[in-house]
Amino acid sequence: MKKTHSRLTDRIATVYFWLAGLAIIGILGWVLYDILSKGLPQLSWHFITGKPSEVSAGGGVGPMLFNSFYILFLSLIFSLPVGIGAGIYLAVYARKSRFSDLVRLSVEALASVPSIVFGLFGALLFVSWFGWKISIVSGAATLSLLNLPVLVRVTEESLRSVPSSYWEASLALGSSRWQTIRKVLLPSAMPGLITGVTLVAGRALGETAVLIYTAGTAASRHFPDFGLKEMGATLAVHLWYSGSSSLAPDARQIAQGSSALLVLIVLIFNLAIAIPGRIIQKRLTGGK
Amino acid sequence: MSVISERQGRQAEQSGGARSTAWSKRQARQDRLMRSLFIGSAVLVSVVIFSIIVFVGFQGSKTFRDVSVVEFFFSTKWSPSADSPSFGALPFLYSTILLAGLSILLAVPLALSGAIFMAMIAPRWIREIMRPATDLFVGIPSVVYGLIGLTVIVPFLGKTFHGSSSAGYGILPAAIVLAVMVMPTILSVSEDALRSLPGALREASLALGATRWQTIWRVLLPAARPGILTGVILGLGRAIGETMAVFMVIGNAPVVPKSLLDSTTVLTTAIVKDMANTFFNTPWNNALYLMALVLLLLSLFLILLIRFVAGRSEVK
Repeated sequence: MKKTHSRLTDRIATVYFWLAGLAIIGILGWVLYDILSKGLPQLSWHFITGKPSEVSAGGGVGPMLFNSFYILFLSLIFSLPVGIGAGIYLAVYARKSRFSDLVRLSVEALASVPSIVFGLFGALLFVSWFGWKISIVSGAATLSLLNLPVLVRVTEESLRSVPSSYWEASLALGSSRWQTIRKVLLPSAMPGLITGVTLVAGRALGETAVLIYTAGTAASRHFPDFGLKEMGATLAVHLWYSGSSSLAPDARQIAQGSSALLVLIVLIFNLAIAIPGRIIQKRLTGGK
Repeated sequence: MSVISERQGRQAEQSGGARSTAWSKRQARQDRLMRSLFIGSAVLVSVVIFSIIVFVGFQGSKTFRDVSVVEFFFSTKWSPSADSPSFGALPFLYSTILLAGLSILLAVPLALSGAIFMAMIAPRWIREIMRPATDLFVGIPSVVYGLIGLTVIVPFLGKTFHGSSSAGYGILPAAIVLAVMVMPTILSVSEDALRSLPGALREASLALGATRWQTIWRVLLPAARPGILTGVILGLGRAIGETMAVFMVIGNAPVVPKSLLDSTTVLTTAIVKDMANTFFNTPWNNALYLMALVLLLLSLFLILLIRFVAGRSEVK
């Protein structure tokens, strides 16, 4: 009697978990479908490369798309050396000490800071104290702070995954620690590093709260404009602006087109990570 | 690895010093230089977080020159541009807590069921679809979720409950959007926690004659509790700090909401909404920095909470 009871409960539970799993797949699939089905029809060459317009219909997102990648590129230039350096310190040099504990706690804390707080900090430090105004360089500098903790973590993890025999063998051959890091550790950790940097880039491209009050919501009239002191609205900021406060009559369409474009970029980034990773893995494990 | 590295490194330096050829001297000098650069980068990371705390804290605490602590934290009257301005941030605090709690309440049951499904029940090919799919959904920009909320969820709720598609703003649509956003985070952390349990736990329980459900409920879930809690706290942190998606669906009236479909404002959206209207170093602007400080302290508290929860699991 008791046995049939518990067997029935088990069946019900199995059915429930299947339903839950399908519900999650359903929600995620529906989100993707909603974005792409509404946004893809808006995409055209004119939309992707054209200039925006404030009050009339038919504006494009060309300068915003350019700004997105330009600010991303600058922020990576600022944050990559420091992030990778601190990651190397934690993976290779750090012993258990108060200092390394402090660095680790700092990385965790930095990763948890809400992005709007980074935005206010950037507005305080770069925009008003350094006098960089609301500009591309202020936005990129603030964004680089957001990238920093992820870069440190990714570097540390991918360096740790290199077998320690590599390190020992290289030192035994008489190379210095720096030579070993440069010629042995970093090349072997490269696939992990590239994956990590791509993840950071994807996240930075979609970031809005950091940039509204550091890079601004308007874009330069000229295109492409490499000026560091120009205002630099990115695609994600433009999407937010079109969705909530733009005066253009086709703001809703612009927002939907931008959001499909952003999701496509994120999709491409994710595929770019997944495919080489799978090929490498197949080679290493003999196709299993 | 690092202990070995220290010893080997010292040996290398010593032998280099004994021979003292030009090459090894240059090697040693370069080695020391790079080491200090790496340490410098690590110091810089700590400097960044401390300067964020100090700068935002300093700017925020200037608020108390003009506004009393009691008024800021306990008054519900937010009218910063009136002739006799008042800066009561209680509505924002209240809505922030309500919103974060509600979105976690919506997200956790489904995320946890999904994690159990993926870790224990799903056939391999479904798992191989769901894993990258959840990663993708962590990566989708928050404004995109906000736009879906604005174009789909707000009109739907408005029509269903108030008969008009423009009346659907408030905490409920924001909580639904946030629940979809934090669910993949909670799911993947919980799944990792379940998956990293030793297989012996499951096998022993099944060998004793327990059904799969009994094993999950009585053995695996309790054992994975620290990891699951970590995932929930991470999700909570994301829900508290999320700005743009919430801004688009919450309505942005600076009042305590009477219902879940009543326009209101949370800390993050109050900052975004008002920053454009304020000048630097005015009480209004400082009050926004004080709100950022509150957010910062909340998220730091959650990090310490995760450390506490995860630390307890190691002792076990």
